[in-house]
Amino acid sequence: MTVAAPPKTKHNLKLIYQKPESLTDSPTHYCPGCTHGVAHRLVAEVLDEMGLREKAIGIAPVGCAVLAYEYFNIDGVEAAHGRAPAMATGIKRVLPDRVVFTYQGDGDLASIGMAEILHAAGRGERITVIFINNAIYGMTGGQMAPTTLPEQVTTSSPRGRDVATQGFPIRMSEILAQMDGAAYVVRRSLHDPNNIRKAKKAIRLAFEAQVRGLGFAMVELLSTCPTNWGMTPIEAMNWVRDHMVPAFPLGDYKVAPELQKLRV
Amino acid sequence: MPRELMKGNVAMAEAAIRAGLEAYFGYPITPQSELLEHMAKRMPEEGRAFLQAESEVAAINMVYGAACTGARVMTSTSGPGISLMAEGISYIAGTEVPAVIVDVMRGGPGLGNIAPSQGDYRQVIHGAGHGDFFPIVLAPASVQEAVDLIGEAFDIAEKYRTVVFVVADGSIGQMMEPVELPEPRPLRRERPDWAVSGAAGRPHRTLTSLYLKPEVEERINLRILKRWQEAEANEVRYREYYLDDAEFVVLGFGTAGRVALSAVRAAREEGIRVGLFRPVSLRPFPYQAIRDLAQRAKAFLVVEMNGGQMLEDVQAAAQGQVPMRFYGRMGGMVPFPDEVLEEIRTLAADPPTPTENPRARWLAHMMPA
Amino acid sequence: MQTEILIAGFGGQGVLFAGQVLAYAAMDAGYEVTWFPSYGPEMRGGTANCTVIIADEEIGSPLVAHPKVLMALNAPSLDRFEPQVQPEGLIVANASLLSRPVERQDVTAITLKANHIAEELGDRRMANMVMLGALSTHLPVLTLEQIKAALRDHLPKRKHHLLEANYRALDTGAARARIVA
Repeated sequence: MTVAAPPKTKHNLKLIYQKPESLTDSPTHYCPGCTHGVAHRLVAEVLDEMGLREKAIGIAPVGCAVLAYEYFNIDGVEAAHGRAPAMATGIKRVLPDRVVFTYQGDGDLASIGMAEILHAAGRGERITVIFINNAIYGMTGGQMAPTTLPEQVTTSSPRGRDVATQGFPIRMSEILAQMDGAAYVVRRSLHDPNNIRKAKKAIRLAFEAQVRGLGFAMVELLSTCPTNWGMTPIEAMNWVRDHMVPAFPLGDYKVAPELQKLRV
Repeated sequence: MPRELMKGNVAMAEAAIRAGLEAYFGYPITPQSELLEHMAKRMPEEGRAFLQAESEVAAINMVYGAACTGARVMTSTSGPGISLMAEGISYIAGTEVPAVIVDVMRGGPGLGNIAPSQGDYRQVIHGAGHGDFFPIVLAPASVQEAVDLIGEAFDIAEKYRTVVFVVADGSIGQMMEPVELPEPRPLRRERPDWAVSGAAGRPHRTLTSLYLKPEVEERINLRILKRWQEAEANEVRYREYYLDDAEFVVLGFGTAGRVALSAVRAAREEGIRVGLFRPVSLRPFPYQAIRDLAQRAKAFLVVEMNGGQMLEDVQAAAQGQVPMRFYGRMGGMVPFPDEVLEEIRTLAADPPTPTENPRARWLAHMMPA
Repeated sequence: MQTEILIAGFGGQGVLFAGQVLAYAAMDAGYEVTWFPSYGPEMRGGTANCTVIIADEEIGSPLVAHPKVLMALNAPSLDRFEPQVQPEGLIVANASLLSRPVERQDVTAITLKANHIAEELGDRRMANMVMLGALSTHLPVLTLEQIKAALRDHLPKRKHHLLEANYRALDTGAARARIVA
């Protein structure tokens, strides 16, 4: 006797991919090939997996991610340019049991907000920082960033960044790892699936550091800006691999012992 | 409560704690540092947040963050710090969250000095940050009044979802007077329905001052303006002394106002019918009360510890209906009552003409050709 | 009724503290009072002064050009402030550190060697209390007993072992106060 297989209906389809609950249904405004969307998704997946969505408060920067709070299905605030770590400090100090994170670009974090990020790290502020480094100012139209590479052409370094007059790129992970208050400082890249998987693990650990009260945590994510770089999305991914990774070496710059043992 | 002899800075800090302050963020600057130091000692005792920030820029943004959670929060500084905080103050106003800022004014501009001054009047009242908003500004003239106004400042800030400044000068910060402190209020447990706290069991909330669509930003601007108009109707505060039969009116706020009080009393002893009008709320400014006085007084004398910054608001209030003169000391100088008394005598004996420039006589006296 | 007392000396002579003791005594006696310090970047060794105003109504200015009373703990303070004292006023000066007598003829002047007396009593830091004792003999608004009570009631408990020495300094200052003009 044979039993007929049940008819295949949509009810029997296995769901293998959906938006994390920590993201809203809002479509993002990011350009094709921009990695902000990837970074948002990784953060949201981690919040979901750790069950933190209802405890999370995110702080959006000034920069392309200025509207990040519209894409995250969590409570959010919008900071002044560079001041997200100070704002996060204010929130965390009155709500110490919430999970507070900032999401900042290179201009925001490494230029105008240098004092705030250094001191948040120095205090060991129990916050998580997602640092998007794409070596350029996106929102204002492609000007030089503190992380712009030597010779890199931007609208404010039209002949290429001249280190003699415009200085050298600043490596934030290396600097912040020196802070006694930092528990977790690593650099990852978003230019291919393998690196994206590693980035997600790092983001997970950066939130674990906060939940465990270990101190300041930052994940620097090498990211693309195809529009302002004047490249296709694929060229942009390759440019991260070929030019940014050599200038900003990927790796773990500081990992608190409690996190080294953790398997995530 | 029994009276205690307290330094203004310490009394303001303790008054804030008793008003249910949950978090303080600040940066040391003379002449307000005792306020921060008292917070450093007392806030941890109460299990509340205290943090010395790396700068005034960071301090005001910490205040901003804490304010977004609906917590009672404040900072304190002096003029150079207000300059650095201007950015954050504007964001707080634009996000429509409440915060209290104490400005213990010192001599300026620039690094200036640490002596008492009222030189931040224009900065705080008319220019506390970019964009369209209206901070509420209260100016105590004594330590007791500072204590009372600090308590009110939090309630007002929350009622109108705005920034409230308490502007003292170095002398109120540094002097000691007997004060009666209020009973400590319990910390508020409930949070406003706009506060961020984690989206547990409710839709997610966002607090921002970013409104990319001008038509939306305009509506926010109008909402802020409407709240300001309510504050204008409800929050005008001033003190009157010897005004019932006064022919001449001295106007001054804060320390300049109380210095003028001594001069007015001395002038009364000489038979001059003079009174004192002391604005306590500098914003909303008591325009109507001053307009009424302008209609019945022979002349005004505006006394300040600056170059005549409130003078311009008094002129706007008086609408040309009374001639007036100005007397001020600047750069950290505090006038003695004798100086003001001399001005009152001159005012009575030789009143200003309607077209006289209020600063002319004063400048000629201060800077003889 | 208003009494203004200007206390001046070197930083470290207890100028500000002496003023606070008067202010506490005035408050406890039910008066209105202000205590206004000179404040500045000099933390030690510079000049220090404070103005205490005691009144029976809301006090206007916390500073006056012409105080009723001057308590000068050193020579520069006498030089600077003697001309400013109101006619019929009171000057109490520390003769230990003066090179000249009080010159004003239209005020009551009291001098005493406060540093020497304090050293005799075993603690030269008490010179300010010796001076306060002398001041109390001609200060109409406050008595020596009220000043002592203010010390007792407002000195932090951990400093109460110093009370007796302070009382002795106050008493000795009062006993040795001599009108010189």
